[in-house]
Amino acid sequence: MDSLWFEYYLPLIWAALIGTAIVLYVVLDGFDLGIGILFPWTREEGERDQMMNSVAPFWDGNETWLVLGGGGLWIAFPKAFAVIMPALYLPIIFMLLGLVFRGVAFEFRFVSKPNHHWWDVAFAGGSVVAAFCQGTVLGTVIHGITVVDGQFAGGPFDWLHPFAILCGLGLVAGYALLGSGWLMMRVEGPLEAKAQRWAPIALILLVAFIVAVSIWTPLAFPGLTDRWFKEPEIYYLWPVPLLTALFAWLASRGIANARGLQTFSSSVALFLLCFLGLAISVFPYLVPPTITLWDASAVPESQLFLLLGAVPLVPIILIYTGFIYWTFRGKLKPGEGYH
Amino acid sequence: MDLDPVILARIQFAFTITFHIIFPSFTIGLAAWIATLEGMWLATSRDHYHQLARFWTKVFAVSFAMGVVSGIVLSYQFGTNWSRFSEVVGNVIGPLIGYEVLTAFFLEATFLGLMLFGWNKVPPWLHFVACVAVAVGTTMSAFWILSANSWMQFPAGHEIRDGIAVPVDWMKIIFNPTFPTRLGHMVVAAYITTAFVIFAVGARWLLAGKAVEKARIMIHMSLGLLLILVPVQAFLGDASGLNTLEHQPVKVAAMEGHWPAEEAGPIPWVLFAWPNEKEERNDFQIAIPYAGSLILTHSLDGTIKGLKAFPPEDRPPVVIPFFAFRVMIGMWGIMMLTVLVGAFLWWRGKLFVPGKYLRFVAQTWPIGFIAVLSGWFTTEVGRQPWVATGILRTVDAISPVTAGAVLTTLILFVLVYGVVFSAGIYYINRLLDIGPDVSAHEDDDASALRPLSAAHDAGRKAIHAGE
Repeated sequence: MDSLWFEYYLPLIWAALIGTAIVLYVVLDGFDLGIGILFPWTREEGERDQMMNSVAPFWDGNETWLVLGGGGLWIAFPKAFAVIMPALYLPIIFMLLGLVFRGVAFEFRFVSKPNHHWWDVAFAGGSVVAAFCQGTVLGTVIHGITVVDGQFAGGPFDWLHPFAILCGLGLVAGYALLGSGWLMMRVEGPLEAKAQRWAPIALILLVAFIVAVSIWTPLAFPGLTDRWFKEPEIYYLWPVPLLTALFAWLASRGIANARGLQTFSSSVALFLLCFLGLAISVFPYLVPPTITLWDASAVPESQLFLLLGAVPLVPIILIYTGFIYWTFRGKLKPGEGYH
Repeated sequence: MDLDPVILARIQFAFTITFHIIFPSFTIGLAAWIATLEGMWLATSRDHYHQLARFWTKVFAVSFAMGVVSGIVLSYQFGTNWSRFSEVVGNVIGPLIGYEVLTAFFLEATFLGLMLFGWNKVPPWLHFVACVAVAVGTTMSAFWILSANSWMQFPAGHEIRDGIAVPVDWMKIIFNPTFPTRLGHMVVAAYITTAFVIFAVGARWLLAGKAVEKARIMIHMSLGLLLILVPVQAFLGDASGLNTLEHQPVKVAAMEGHWPAEEAGPIPWVLFAWPNEKEERNDFQIAIPYAGSLILTHSLDGTIKGLKAFPPEDRPPVVIPFFAFRVMIGMWGIMMLTVLVGAFLWWRGKLFVPGKYLRFVAQTWPIGFIAVLSGWFTTEVGRQPWVATGILRTVDAISPVTAGAVLTTLILFVLVYGVVFSAGIYYINRLLDIGPDVSAHEDDDASALRPLSAAHDAGRKAIHAGE
């Protein structure tokens, strides 16, 4: 009985943990990738410094959640990892190269001043490419991966599909919204006003994307979305779209009233709801429509061994991450920097 | 010609890991150096330590950024290029990498923010704690990576179930027999690498008459450390070699260019040769009789199995480990001589006299990197044709991807890394050239408040007055 209990619940626990890591990644690195996406919209040197300084102490820790998300998938569900990664070969590597450029730009930009123009381009370009590729990765997983005998059996351009591209653009808009909300909270002066002007554009694009995906998904992938319209699920799933509408409205009020915290937290809520919607759609598949959580699972010995460490370590990580955010709290005034 | 995705994926992995390993082998030592400086500043209140810590933090930031981004690439390449590897050994290797993420990556990446930008945000003791956390994180990272890598070299504590390696005993997996010596060898290599950079930069500043007092501190501290670690590394290297002989004899045979199949008679130590894999012998060999027995078995007539004792399909390619090993030993020889001469000059009170010695030392900054890379090539190529010895061959570890996709991304990696890393090395060099900003709080660096040309003169005088 014991071993059966493990084999059923351990994969669920790991799916929840990886899901949490991915959500944390999307929200945390989302706003700092968003800063990069918004970067080209101001030409003011001082404002660009301000944008970068507002995330400089955090970006590295934020990005580590990507390693835990991807690494976690490998550790807990090696068979899914071994199918998803080759299927998404090109977008994953483009994403990594985007992250290389934007990551080094944080340091290179300040040490190469005043000849840092190309690192501005690298920061903005790298952020856009990374965000877009993450969206296409997500879109491709929803769209489905060709699997034969437990191995990826498609071509290198399977991900280049209109649905995946739509998801890529949607994520760029969503990150831009998080970035605008973050700036409204964290900076002062003309940049704060600019962020307030960027935010509604990003919000409209994100909402348009959510609507498009919500219509497209049930039309194109009936297998995945049956549960949204079936009884009894429909009775307790209807709040999801309703809450999405509510938070979109709260975000728009936040922007209109220049309330950074409200804008940012409503945007985070929008992301959480999208993620919840996605999880409801694909569960229990990790590689729709063929591989479930349980098919892809590592042996219980491996899942349990790392879980024993994760249970105390993840809260500790969250505590010291919170401490760093708290240390650098408050608004960054124009001209103020950490460098 | 048909392109082989395995060869391309191997080139891609070798290329990306070669670039990556440069940075951890520098930042492991650098984080410890910065923490030490801050600790000494807290203990003595001497401003020099504080300014040096701040200065090296800038260098650390640039190196660390390059290490992080190139490391994330590697973690995903296991899946993109080597998905069969991920699947077959994922149950064993995966949790080790998971512990690396949980105990090392988060610690270093999160406290890095405080280390770089927290100078005026938190009290000095807390900043010191952040530096220690980063240093501990980088070292923990080495612990887990080497544990995983050692298991791939010599798997233990597992069983094979349906072609998949499954963990049985985690203590045997983590602390597998080849792990302790390899970890020691690597961490000491990282400290030596960093110490040589600091030593060389100290010499460079001293010769330029720049930040003279700080340059002296750097030279004393780095040379002092090297005097201990370079000899220690010989023992660790020897222990690692004996360990490899016990657990991976075919690798040692390749490193030594030793062919005979049967264990007969004392073996020479090959100084130079060109291993000829086709005819299974060495061309142009110059060797010292009995020395091989002495080094490998610590006796004059001991013997080891040669390459011919192993079937050809289980032998690594010989040329790379053979030469890489000799480059590593050669670098060690140059290091040893350099620190011995330095110790002699120190003893005679002539260490800071500008001249040939300091000019030579100023050029030695890459020496540790070359040794680390050649050591890494020796051990990784020496493991071939296995990716996990006896469990999975490299050719069978590949993802179902097309050669075209691997080639495209390989070209992209070469271009991007070429641009990014040459820029990074250029910026680090420029930071080292500028030196610490001493204008704000300056004490016995009399040079710093004056214009640049005057600073040079004053610096030179200070050098001569110093000894």
